[in-house]
Amino acid sequence: MSEQNSLTYAKVNEDVIRMLDKPTVKWLALFLPVLGFVGFGLFCFLYQVYTGLGVAGYRHPVFWGVYITDFVFWVGIAHSGTLISAILYLFRASFRVSIYRIAEAMTVFAVLTAGLFPIIHLGRPWFFYWLFPYPNQRELWVNFKSPLLWDVFAVSTYLTVSSVFFFVGMIPDIAAIRDKVKEVPRKIAYTILSLGWKGSNWEWLHYSRAYLYFAAFATPLVLSVHSVVSWDFAMADLPGWHTTIFAPYFVAGAIFSGLGMVITLTIPIRKIFALEDYITLDNYDGMAKMIILTSLIVGYAYGTEFFMAWYSGSPAEWGQFYYRATGDYALFYWIMVVCNVLIPIPLWFKAVRRNIKALFIISIFINIGMWFERFNIIVISLSQGFEPGAWGIYKVSWVEMGITMGSFAWFFMFFLIFIKTLPAISISELKEILPVPKKEAKHHG
Amino acid sequence: MDKQGVLGIFSYVDLTVKAVGKLKDEGFKNLRVFSPVPNHEIEAAVGEPESIVRFFTLFGAMLGAACGVGFTVLTASDWPIPVSAKPVVSIPPFIVIMFELTILMGALSTLLGLLINSRLRRNAPRSMYDPRFTDDKFGVMVTCGKDNVKKVEEILNSQGAEEIKFEGV
Repeated sequence: MSEQNSLTYAKVNEDVIRMLDKPTVKWLALFLPVLGFVGFGLFCFLYQVYTGLGVAGYRHPVFWGVYITDFVFWVGIAHSGTLISAILYLFRASFRVSIYRIAEAMTVFAVLTAGLFPIIHLGRPWFFYWLFPYPNQRELWVNFKSPLLWDVFAVSTYLTVSSVFFFVGMIPDIAAIRDKVKEVPRKIAYTILSLGWKGSNWEWLHYSRAYLYFAAFATPLVLSVHSVVSWDFAMADLPGWHTTIFAPYFVAGAIFSGLGMVITLTIPIRKIFALEDYITLDNYDGMAKMIILTSLIVGYAYGTEFFMAWYSGSPAEWGQFYYRATGDYALFYWIMVVCNVLIPIPLWFKAVRRNIKALFIISIFINIGMWFERFNIIVISLSQGFEPGAWGIYKVSWVEMGITMGSFAWFFMFFLIFIKTLPAISISELKEILPVPKKEAKHHG
Repeated sequence: MDKQGVLGIFSYVDLTVKAVGKLKDEGFKNLRVFSPVPNHEIEAAVGEPESIVRFFTLFGAMLGAACGVGFTVLTASDWPIPVSAKPVVSIPPFIVIMFELTILMGALSTLLGLLINSRLRRNAPRSMYDPRFTDDKFGVMVTCGKDNVKKVEEILNSQGAEEIKFEGV
């Protein structure tokens, strides 16, 4: 990383800790509206609880709508965080170093957001704990054969493991902040969070090992989580859902959407905090290449779905896909294709991959496209099943829109708090890729 | 107390590594090295045995897998609900639960292993820590008999330590 050679250990500390200075007016100007939207989302949810699920747009035969779309979307967003923090760690891809903390934070907050939706979607959300594996009063246990229960296990494991991974990765950095800050309350908070980290060889020895194992666990986990989410659909005998390509298709889509979100988030942060020395064009170049790959996989899956529907000879299956492209929801289908397959094509050119504005715009379209992908899979399949007499149209209600907006705000709220309280760039890992300070042969390393 | 800690503060990795080598040659085994980053040269110079966190990981993962099997198979057999002619204990769906629990408990026990192992041995007394160790300085702490303090100080000085601190001072 030639662009980072001007950095020194001390400068890294200074620059990262500088981000934690008192919140500026600009930050507040972002935070307060975000809080407002969270409030509105909460209002919509309470209204729904009070009135009943009828205020969501559920109409026969579509009883999985925007909430489940949001759930799958947010779980997907989480994925590239783990990809960048764990999988690229195992592959020793050094371009991950300056962005992985932000990506990891995104993972944790996205799973936190995703976890709300199955509960919001319940008719009696106060009974959400019925999903936990414990025997009821008749000593009957939960049904371990249900994909919905796999979801409970997969998503809660994912939240736990990614939070642990996120926190453990931060311990040495929190210690660095502890050693720098002067104000007493902050010092106390960071002292507690740093768990007494001193940076001794013993700590590093166990830490490096443990970190490797976390990465090794997180890697299969991340692939399993979206596979399990995809089986929520694939296990059901419904045209458009019941297919074996769902697991890889969902995982590729998840990484694709997550990379889009990482780019959307890091570009403003890089600008606001003047982090051009850290988050370099090489980082974006690497992410854009992964976007090309995942976009191709997703595009290929769209094609395969149609091919298999035709090749299967099943009228219901073929009817479903014909309906997707030409029926009532065709607009959403083509938004998805344009955003996910066509708009990323310019990334094949290096000039576009290294153009921040172009990347930002493309990343927003990817977010939109992937939300619609989830919507199309869930809603269009449900609205035209096997039985023509039971077909129906689903319309999104204002309550669902409000809660969806609220979920974006909820996600950004955590993110804004994170940026001001925890090290958004890994201090210790950045130092690892800097030249080691040596008295003799200084540039070796 | 007849033992005392002596701490040398360095700016460069190569000097730190040399100081560690020299101290070990002179027979001082009770060394602790502080650094802002993990560094293989330091690790090799100190020559600690491999971390035992891996056994925590292995044990946790195996326990998790066993819990996964127990959870699913035992609860299904405890109150058998035959559906059509499908098996009550059906392995494919249970694998998902076993897999997730393997990872969950493996990761949590790794965390436990990390916390226990890096805190079991007391790292260093508070007076032997310098806040610059999380910034850009390296430290070598030697715990030695009181009569050897002078000698350690000399070695650290000769290897280019920028500052020397003594425990309790």
